[in-house]
Amino acid sequence: MIDLIFAQTLNGLASASSLFLVACGLSIIFGVTRIVNFAHGSFYMLGAYLAFTLVSRFGPADALGFWGGVLLAAVIVAALGALVEIVILRRIYQAPELFQLLATFGLVLMVQDIALGIWGPEDKLGPRAPGFKSFVVLMGSRFPSYELFLIVVGPIMLGLLWFLFQKTRWGTLVRAATQDREMVGALGVNQRLLFTSVFAFGAGLAALGGALQLPREAVNLHMDLSMISEAFVVVVVGGLGSVTGAYLAAVLIGIIHAFGILIFPKITLVLVFLVMAVVLVIKPYGLMGKRPVGSAHAHGPVEPLLLPASHNVKLIGLAALAVLLLAPFVVADHWLLTLTELSIFALFAASLHFMMGPGGMASFGHAAYFGLGAYGAALAVKWLGMPMVPALAFAPFLAGIAGVIFGWFCVRLSGVYLAMLTLAFAQIAWATAFQWVDVTGGDNGILGVWPAAWAAPKLVYYYLALAVCVVAILALRIIVFAPFGYALRAGRDSPLRSEAIGLPVMRIQWIAFIIAAVAAGIAGALFAFFKGSVFPTYMAIPRSVDGLLMVLLGGVQTVSGPIVGAFAFMGLQEQLMKATMYWRFVMGASIVLLVILFPRGLVGTALAFAERRREAEPAAPVTATPEPAR
Amino acid sequence: MSPVLEVRNLGKSFGGVRAVDDVSFSVEAGKLLALIGPNGAGKTTCFNMLNGQLPSDRGEVIFDGRKITGLKPREVWRLGVGRTFQITATFASMSVRENVQMALISHAGETWTLFGRAKDRHVAEADALLKQVGMLDQAERACGVLAYGDLKRVELAVAIANKPKLLLMDEPTAGMAPRERIALMALTAEIARERGIAVLFTEHDMDVVFAHSDAILVLDRGKLIAKGRAEEVRNDPAVRAVYLGSGATSGGH
Amino acid sequence: MDRRQFVSGAALGAVALATPSLLRAQGAPIKIGEINSYTSQPAFLKPYRQGWELALEQVNAGGGVLGRKVETLFRDDAGKPEDSVRLAGELINAEKVDLLSGGFLSNVGLAIADYALQNKRLYVASEPLSDAIVWAKGNRYTFRLRPSTYMQAAMLVEEAAKLPAKKWATVAPNYEYGQSAVKWFKELLKKAKPDVEFVAEQFPALGRIDAGATVQALEAAKPDAIFNVTFAADLSNFVRQGNTRGLFEGRTVVSMLTGEPEYLDPLGAETPVGWIVTGYPHADIQTPDHVKFRDAYKAKYNDYPRLGSVVGFDTMNAIAAGIAKAGTTDNEKLIDALKGLKFTSAFGPVEFRASDHQATLGAYVGKTAVKDGKGVMVDWRYADGAKYLPSDAEVKALRPAG
Ligand SMILES: Nc1ncnc2c1ncn2[C@@H]1O[C@H](COP(=O)(O)OP(=O)(O)O)[C@@H](O)[C@H]1O
Ligand SMILES: [Mg+2]
Repeated sequence: MIDLIFAQTLNGLASASSLFLVACGLSIIFGVTRIVNFAHGSFYMLGAYLAFTLVSRFGPADALGFWGGVLLAAVIVAALGALVEIVILRRIYQAPELFQLLATFGLVLMVQDIALGIWGPEDKLGPRAPGFKSFVVLMGSRFPSYELFLIVVGPIMLGLLWFLFQKTRWGTLVRAATQDREMVGALGVNQRLLFTSVFAFGAGLAALGGALQLPREAVNLHMDLSMISEAFVVVVVGGLGSVTGAYLAAVLIGIIHAFGILIFPKITLVLVFLVMAVVLVIKPYGLMGKRPVGSAHAHGPVEPLLLPASHNVKLIGLAALAVLLLAPFVVADHWLLTLTELSIFALFAASLHFMMGPGGMASFGHAAYFGLGAYGAALAVKWLGMPMVPALAFAPFLAGIAGVIFGWFCVRLSGVYLAMLTLAFAQIAWATAFQWVDVTGGDNGILGVWPAAWAAPKLVYYYLALAVCVVAILALRIIVFAPFGYALRAGRDSPLRSEAIGLPVMRIQWIAFIIAAVAAGIAGALFAFFKGSVFPTYMAIPRSVDGLLMVLLGGVQTVSGPIVGAFAFMGLQEQLMKATMYWRFVMGASIVLLVILFPRGLVGTALAFAERRREAEPAAPVTATPEPAR
Repeated sequence: MSPVLEVRNLGKSFGGVRAVDDVSFSVEAGKLLALIGPNGAGKTTCFNMLNGQLPSDRGEVIFDGRKITGLKPREVWRLGVGRTFQITATFASMSVRENVQMALISHAGETWTLFGRAKDRHVAEADALLKQVGMLDQAERACGVLAYGDLKRVELAVAIANKPKLLLMDEPTAGMAPRERIALMALTAEIARERGIAVLFTEHDMDVVFAHSDAILVLDRGKLIAKGRAEEVRNDPAVRAVYLGSGATSGGH
Repeated sequence: MDRRQFVSGAALGAVALATPSLLRAQGAPIKIGEINSYTSQPAFLKPYRQGWELALEQVNAGGGVLGRKVETLFRDDAGKPEDSVRLAGELINAEKVDLLSGGFLSNVGLAIADYALQNKRLYVASEPLSDAIVWAKGNRYTFRLRPSTYMQAAMLVEEAAKLPAKKWATVAPNYEYGQSAVKWFKELLKKAKPDVEFVAEQFPALGRIDAGATVQALEAAKPDAIFNVTFAADLSNFVRQGNTRGLFEGRTVVSMLTGEPEYLDPLGAETPVGWIVTGYPHADIQTPDHVKFRDAYKAKYNDYPRLGSVVGFDTMNAIAAGIAKAGTTDNEKLIDALKGLKFTSAFGPVEFRASDHQATLGAYVGKTAVKDGKGVMVDWRYADGAKYLPSDAEVKALRPAG
């Protein structure tokens, strides 16, 4: 027994090293630039692929060829990172918080197709490392020498990074920027250079992490997304911006995996996210993280006033609704399917926007409530034998209950920590649906969730979905402009002031969280009956990311943005998927382009444009004096 | 007449630093009490304990005859304590009027209302308050784009929206031009006397302090080193030592 | 292009409503709507599509079916079953395809199958392995070509039962396919050899196996033999760690799908020797049907076929054969024709069973070996699917739809 514990500890430590490198890069990038870099997993994957190619070319048997290839791969990806920062990200630092996430997700999509194009679809099992091809016998069992090497690499890299951050000027700047962003500008540092170098450095670390996996793991096209969620976990468990924290967290996660296999072999996925949730609840800023100085809204433009729809906007809204109502008489039958789906996604996006925009609580796991709504409907049909209407009514409850429980924990945090905790809960929900085959059918889902006979025709279901979605979206809108919505925004703008005028910020956010969850649950339930089936993909990360993309693309600072975003994003994706097998590349490139052209989202930019024209006409333009720290 | 606020032996330490050390004083209705002292003396810490933002280590705070030590800021507010912050805290995405409306909504207990426009509530009352602080003409502008001095005035309007008995103002005039400072404090004094509000404020500008306070407390390194009327304090050797030593005053006395 | 498509689609829709279907059918191509996870599973589906297009080309070169050309509309579901349902709707309603096919992931297959039932359209599932497609959730409108999880497990159990091993360990990805493969293997092996004992079970998360720790945990249980269900990158990682740590020394491993080139090729020289696997020894099968297929494939793509190529090729041919037999694309008649349809696959004659709509396509069972630094299968035999399927009577109990 003791030898097994020993061996599993070593296994945990070995898998921690790459994870540490990747997470550490992610953490530094976030610390300095405040970018949640979804493309970090892509850098990791590119590092592995490039190393595979370079090592094969230089000759894997030769030590210089192997290690040279590994290092060169990291350097090339670092250069790519710099390029990305200069060409894309630099243009959008002034955009609202999290907007950059859109661009990095566009990159993820592009890299997926680029990697497929260059390296083809087959997995690549890399060569073993020269000098570390075999094993040593430790306490009676064979242990690969490369794994031992990796165990050593972790602390060595930690030491090197520590030296870099403590003893060099660049490192000092990075630390200063991580602690207090406003200070860097004040220090008279070349901020552009700092940001570019940090982004490149982080990308290089990710690539090194990928390249070092070469002798250990087959390089494949799914590496990016499977790494990114794990890296997020490590970063927040360790504490954003903390290198030591990232190492501790990587070791913790590695060990949990290794021992989870022995004790709970079936729930290793859930285990990791459970641990993350527990850590965040006990230590809201991670193991080694510090409460950030300055508020989470430290950069980006001043939040514009939220005005109720003007006469013109109301007319546009009514016209759009009229078009949707009349559409069935004009367009071909099958367009109803698309329109039904878009209506449902508009509600999903609006529900996410409700907590993200006015609530200031970005969720990376909003699909959980969409999915739970869908599963609520499906389980009601399957296990309780409910007909459609009661099932539709019951479903949002399940999402709402999840909102009550998850929300209670989440509102205790803020900013990216909150977002990560929502991701953790979503992953727990997803893993439960995916792996608890007896109840949920696992990935095969639950079938036969078809609407009642009267609602089965496409046209009827379209009107049903449209009606429910329009009512729900309007309800959300009314709430935003009602006292509760104002109180919610007040809590976002200044928790200090809110508490000082009697507003219980956390409780308000909690209720908003629940409302958003219920609304997403309604969308999910409609979706379940629309598709006739539910699957774990309904609450998987991509669905959550879709929601984020819709909200950000439309414009998080506007109320109608998410609806426009939903139609634009899902519409674009649907059409592209039909038009080309390389839709991911085109989609990613379009997202990047839109991000650069519309730095406040589609609606946000349009409104800002209209505003500027209105203000340009009467003489005095208002001088904006944003206060130092909001 | 019993005082509106009575502070007894209040104390707070951060690590080894005694930020506030055994401080006692009281304020009466309609009076303005100035709390002065060099930077880092513990003024803000003291305020934060008064309105519940920080738990105190020792001592008690009696408001309106009731012990409020340990209450949350929002509970203290409900009892009738308004406050402004050293670094202004307003709702940047709302207009000036909406900021005041928000406080009025909260005061009226309408926070949880899910329908009906917030914008249409308490408009007249909000405008009256804004008029009083001279911000009515900017009522439609977003707080996020206001000049700093204007923000301070908005804060004042927000702070008195719940008809408080006690107003806590942490450096209400910081960042303003000298003339503006006098005007704002004159306004505050007027409102306080008219409504019978007790005001406790901190201030660096000695002109403002001497012109508008009924009494002065001097804090240094957490300790109350003097209290009394303007002349008494001005001539106090301990006070002179502190101020001459730190050179923090801008009054030129 | 999309706009035009949309407008013409709308116009076509309007015309279609007004025109008797007979008029439309004349000379117009037969359309097949093929939905698959092309972008999320390219390793399997690129060869699949190539195999499909080869068959399509051959069919059309021979004059098509019923004198009409055959056309395929490929759609990518990106691995999301909910998208596959939307695509099915689009293909049927907008593109007016005559039938649906495709599905690599089981959940995609099941989603389309359920859609097919609702909309009374024929769906020929090519690859999804889930038993539910033809049994628990089987329906009149769905047929499946590839040997199922149950069949592949049964083929391996036949070999496993001959081994002296008593203590078994299993390792499978933690999702429906992995869990049912283990379930069937245990059940069938216990039936064949009641004295076996299962001493360890590992269920690593799909696509993110922690291979070192998993190998260690299996090793600790000291089994005589191991049943493996992991595949793709999980398999490569498992094999490499297992090789280094000596997990496979002195143990027999019985492994699902590992002999398929899609999974064997990436292993290269690292391929473990002597595993008993199901798969496809493409270079060594010399039956006339296969040689013909392989030569044509090589000529067209300058590459050897993978198992996916065979499945794509056979699915297309099966559909063509079905339509030819039915003499119409009317789905109800086509379904009656498909029941019991005999057609020639690259592996030889195959039949869609009338009882459960499962094709009797088999798989090759053999042992892994390394030849010239590449993984190959040796000592293989063709396991005819018909022999590993439950009888019609047993199927009745498994298939509520009848
Ligand atoms: N949250 C805190 N943590 C640690 N020390 C603090 C904290 N807040 C204030 N201090 C310290 O307490 C002392 C008093 O600060 P403060 O009340 O802000 O002074 P003032 O408002 O008079 O300028 C200072 O030494 C300050 O550094
Ligand atoms: Mg202060």
